[in-house]
Amino acid sequence: MATHAATDHHADHHDDHDHKPAGFWDRWVFTTNHKDIGTLYLVFAFVMFCIGGAMSGVIRAELMSPGLQFVEPYFFNQMTTVHALVMIFGGVMPAFVGLGNWMIPLQIGAPDMALPRMNNWSFWIMPFAFTVLLLTLFLPGGAPAGGWTLYPPLSLQGGSAVAFAIFAIHMMGISSIMGAINIIATILNMRAPGMDLLKMPLFVWTWLITAFLLIAVMPVLAGAVTMLLTDKFFGTSFFNAAGGGDPVMFQHIFWFFGHPEVYIMILPAFGVVSEIIPTFARKPLFGYQAMVYATASIAFLSFIVWAHHMFTVGMPLGGELFFMYATMMIAVPTGVKVFNWVSTMWKGSMTFETPMLWAIGFVILFTIGGFSGLMLAIVPADFQYHDTYFVVAHFHYVLVTGALFSIIAAVYYWFPKWTGRHYSEKWGKFHFWWTIVFVNLLFFPQHFLGLAGMPRRIPDYNVAFADWNLISSIGAFGMLCTPVFMFLILWHAKKHGPKATTQVWEGAHGLEWTVPSPAPHHTFTTPPVIRASDLAHGDPTH
Amino acid sequence: MSSADNRRFQKKVWWIAAGFFGFGFALIPLYNIACEHVLGIKLEQGAMDAQAAAATTVDESRLVTVQFVATTKSKLPWQFSAETVTMKVHPGALNEAWFDATNVSERDIVGNAIPSVAPNEASLYFNKTECFCFTEQLLKAGETRRMPVRFVVDPRLPKETNTLTLSYTFLENTVATKRLAESNQAAAPAS
Repeated sequence: MATHAATDHHADHHDDHDHKPAGFWDRWVFTTNHKDIGTLYLVFAFVMFCIGGAMSGVIRAELMSPGLQFVEPYFFNQMTTVHALVMIFGGVMPAFVGLGNWMIPLQIGAPDMALPRMNNWSFWIMPFAFTVLLLTLFLPGGAPAGGWTLYPPLSLQGGSAVAFAIFAIHMMGISSIMGAINIIATILNMRAPGMDLLKMPLFVWTWLITAFLLIAVMPVLAGAVTMLLTDKFFGTSFFNAAGGGDPVMFQHIFWFFGHPEVYIMILPAFGVVSEIIPTFARKPLFGYQAMVYATASIAFLSFIVWAHHMFTVGMPLGGELFFMYATMMIAVPTGVKVFNWVSTMWKGSMTFETPMLWAIGFVILFTIGGFSGLMLAIVPADFQYHDTYFVVAHFHYVLVTGALFSIIAAVYYWFPKWTGRHYSEKWGKFHFWWTIVFVNLLFFPQHFLGLAGMPRRIPDYNVAFADWNLISSIGAFGMLCTPVFMFLILWHAKKHGPKATTQVWEGAHGLEWTVPSPAPHHTFTTPPVIRASDLAHGDPTH
Repeated sequence: MSSADNRRFQKKVWWIAAGFFGFGFALIPLYNIACEHVLGIKLEQGAMDAQAAAATTVDESRLVTVQFVATTKSKLPWQFSAETVTMKVHPGALNEAWFDATNVSERDIVGNAIPSVAPNEASLYFNKTECFCFTEQLLKAGETRRMPVRFVVDPRLPKETNTLTLSYTFLENTVATKRLAESNQAAAPAS
């Protein structure tokens, strides 16, 4: 397994002289190399996770006890709004694009992404977009404070921050669309001979479907915020009731983007977990084709459920019933996926290295988030839960213990391939168990707070909610340590970690495990000859 | 695949993305069509023909309660209220309700009243022959106006609906108010 055709082709590409451009500027700023751009995306996402995490620190510090302690309510509102925008558009999405950039060409045997220069551009827009967004914190009038969903008329009552935030969102949207075009073109046009669509690794499959979702909905978001912009500055009345517009219309358009966006953030996570669990269970993925079709059905259903975010706006009963049942239907393909992950582990020769721990943590905790989502889908129950901390608990379970856990799992899983060095298993496991304790302390009590009626996005609360909020804040402070752990673990591994083999993990299958570790700057410059045993999921009938 | 193929492919996908940008705007008419034709919510707020209203047969056997709600957006310095809070009406009969609005500010303001009928399935059966919400309302500083609404409840109103709520929210029409202030300023030196 360690040596075969693919490596032989690249025996001349040792890490000593693998044609990296010399100089920082040429290497990183003008780079068109998918691995370097992937690294840039991942580093950028890490910085954004830290900034967004710091904002959540402000939020939880303020909510530690009832009354107002540390910040003004208006600043608190800016924190909730910008925390969400930074985490979604700056953290989770770029992290997955980074993983996709690194791994998709390696997994399908392509020399690089299909459109390398656009790849460079789509990354380098991001730092500017977020500079513009974060700059608003220092403007007179402050950052956007009407919630990340930007509902008018509230969102339009801000100052110049509105224009800055909308411009930033436009830039992020263009970057995401370019990233998505690149991924689709790479997957459809650049696969090595023999890498049929239904033999592709699931991470590639989930990213292909995600990229289609991005192409379909990021322009809709761009349209929605453009309408906000013209309503505020150019006298149109798309959402202005006095001029004959309809504010609820914005919510419909926004959530037509927003719900597929939710799956944009979780489908690549499904892909990552579907790569990791077979490796450490030493069994092929159970139900490979079912996984592909389940992903596609989730993507399709995501377009017809948007109004479950707005059950309380006063929809007709028929509409509420339709969106309730359509939403609940998503539980079926999602259930197929969870079942397949569990079946993959069933009777496998399992070991629990750090990536596997994060992946199993993902399966369990993401499922909790899925169940609370199912509760929120029930219309009469949603009237009680709407805009409470129950919703906050729900989407943090799917985004933090779902999307973020899978990103961390992916980084630990592929890090030896990227750098050629192993991290410390002991400290990787410590990172995992620390996170498991504090993330549940942080978010589980928020279910109780929400059920008891604590509204979200409010800096003060009834003293009856004090105890669970204190526990939640303790969890948050514990979680604030985790980026530091991860940074130190990975930094130490990069410098002093033991050398990794080509295959890295005993049970790993797939083309990315056929190139040396660290992966040379250029791989698969001639297409590899693929043998069935190199395929991540073996025979597609599995 | 050559890079020329990739560029051609890229072009196609950009067109798809551009199409979805347009689709975002097209959602507005699409939602309106869905509202009227699928969900049965009347968005058209135009007047019903008065003769047609007079010709409707009155259902004397049935009484429907109509409630009136009058509110203003917090930024509009007007007082606005309904003279009658509830009325019992026969479906098919022409009724009249009065509302009062006072501009308590020091400036002239143009406002628009946005009507809404609850439950929204009943909006199809609530017809106004005359309403202050059909036009812009200009109230000079301190001015008070008494404004009528004339309406007919369609006798086809589903049997299970016994109560309708007609609510008006007055919002400042900032564009018209600004235009008014500008024309006042322009007129002032001349007079």
